[in-house]
Amino acid sequence: MKIAVCMKRVPDTATRLTFAADGKSVDTSEVQWVISPYDEYAIEEGLRIRERAGEGTVTAITVGPEGASKELRQALGMGVDDGILAVCDEPLDPIQTARSLVAILADRADDIVLFGKQAVDSQGAQVGALVARLLGRPFVNDIAAIEVSEQQVRIERDIEGGRETIEGPLPIIVGAEKSLNEPRYPKLKDIMQAKKKPIEKVTPQTGEPSFETVAVTTPAPRPEGRIVGEGPEAVDELIRLLREEAKVI
Amino acid sequence: MDNFEGSDFYILDDLLTEEQRLIRDTVRDFVDDQIMPVIEDSFMNDRFPDQVVPTLGELGLLGANLEGYDCAGLDSTAYGLIMQELERGDSGLRSFVSVQGGLVMYPIHRYGSEEQKKKYLPELAAGRSIGCFGLTEPDHGSNPEGMITSAVDDGDSYILNGNKMWITNGCVADVALVWAKLDGRIRGFLVDKGTSGYSTTKQGKKFSLRASTTSELHFQDCRIPKDNILSGADGLGGPLSCLTQARFGIAWGAIGSAMACFETARKYATSRIQFDKPIGSFQLVQKKLADMLTEITKGQLLNLRLSQLKDSGKMSAQHVSLAKRNNVYWALEIARSARDLLGANGITHEYPVGRHMLNLESVITYEGTHDIHTLILGHEITGIPAYK
Repeated sequence: MKIAVCMKRVPDTATRLTFAADGKSVDTSEVQWVISPYDEYAIEEGLRIRERAGEGTVTAITVGPEGASKELRQALGMGVDDGILAVCDEPLDPIQTARSLVAILADRADDIVLFGKQAVDSQGAQVGALVARLLGRPFVNDIAAIEVSEQQVRIERDIEGGRETIEGPLPIIVGAEKSLNEPRYPKLKDIMQAKKKPIEKVTPQTGEPSFETVAVTTPAPRPEGRIVGEGPEAVDELIRLLREEAKVI
Repeated sequence: MDNFEGSDFYILDDLLTEEQRLIRDTVRDFVDDQIMPVIEDSFMNDRFPDQVVPTLGELGLLGANLEGYDCAGLDSTAYGLIMQELERGDSGLRSFVSVQGGLVMYPIHRYGSEEQKKKYLPELAAGRSIGCFGLTEPDHGSNPEGMITSAVDDGDSYILNGNKMWITNGCVADVALVWAKLDGRIRGFLVDKGTSGYSTTKQGKKFSLRASTTSELHFQDCRIPKDNILSGADGLGGPLSCLTQARFGIAWGAIGSAMACFETARKYATSRIQFDKPIGSFQLVQKKLADMLTEITKGQLLNLRLSQLKDSGKMSAQHVSLAKRNNVYWALEIARSARDLLGANGITHEYPVGRHMLNLESVITYEGTHDIHTLILGHEITGIPAYK
């Protein structure tokens, strides 16, 4: 079983973000980076598929600056066998990231490629689908469970009001939803041993961007709140305002 | 609840290796996920959150700086960062890990026989077995040399008699490392739970370290096999060397508590409105915050250098005394100042500062009181011991 997990580092959700002076990007000088949470589910599932199969390898792949090797090491600490870092300091748009990953994935012949369903910084939910399109492989996003047997895969997805089960052949590309699993903590010994695991560095084949970010701005300040009264007497007025003024009920 | 971000004004992250940062972040996540949601209740209910012990073992946090016997073999900075993150959660949690690693596993690792190491260390490292360290007695705290617990040679066994007090993990421990006088010399003995003549009593009614089990140990004609002596330790230097290990962890841990209090106070100061503006806009509040951040940054620098000294074999017990004394003192001052800054909210469990403040009253007292560390430094500076 050959498994690849594509992951992205994102600013820690606890980090206070500020915008860079150019008005087009986020100031990352003091950002603490973490693996995008949905990608952690993808890593965990990759490891579980390998463990259930009793054989195989899991490779973690990321496109990012040299510093992203820390997040790859974390994946190696969780149990991933090796890492590939496509070194790129420039921000990429989704098609560029997808092309870079495809250049790596095209010749690997992975049975399964896992992504998080989307990265929690850009929230684009594009890269998994773009890679699948470029590779000509089937793609299932938001997976809640996956079972692999021989050359067949059975996938469950949470859908509105229920759960859908689908089956199909390998190879496949999937996007992990958070109901998929509970990611393990890397063990300290494994973090130390991860030093000895290989991280291959490659030059990404990004091609030209499709879009350019021309501005990032803060949201407009929220209008001030209004106190309509106190105690049970205020309820009728509050309901009236919610219905007639805010039109939310 | 917000995830903890840490305080790093001097960008000390740049001085850490990738592995050290990953280890720190892993423990930080573990504390956010598994400790913060339960710690208030643990503290209020006077209960150690023992459900996390298997995870502590699985992650490799127990005896993490020891080599071999299923231990993680980390460097001192990584070990210190673990202590910092655990104590950011609660001093009782850090105490558990300090006692297990620094006071039980370390002496077995350093002074024990190969059989003792093989029997105890892997179990203790995995958290399948819990250890405690019995040195302090009801009437012998700062002066352990005066202990009256005794061991008598009786053929193929030793017979222990005496009482130990303020023993972290006592009631829950599967093995007690007990220090007693054999022919007038302080020696270490391993006493397994269930040994006839060995019993424990939980010490209740504490206002500090409530999420940690504190106990008395009683030995009444307790007979243990001769193999249970730590053959490599002879004299007060044995237990004192263990305390140096634990105090090293405390110097790091205290800064974790201080960071938790400072970050809480910083957020509160910028969101709490009085007189139509955040209280952080008032000079008295800004001075408190500036003092906190200054002392935290100094403590972090002390810890980093202390780790370097430890790894290069140059660290002395006196170096550790300076860091333990300074960092715990300032952590307690920061906790009190943060409590004050939070006003009435500071006395509730809505915020962690009151809990840290109460815990630190123990931390400044155990493992050498603040005053005893002052005298150790006085001795070092003048060459004249004031406690003899």
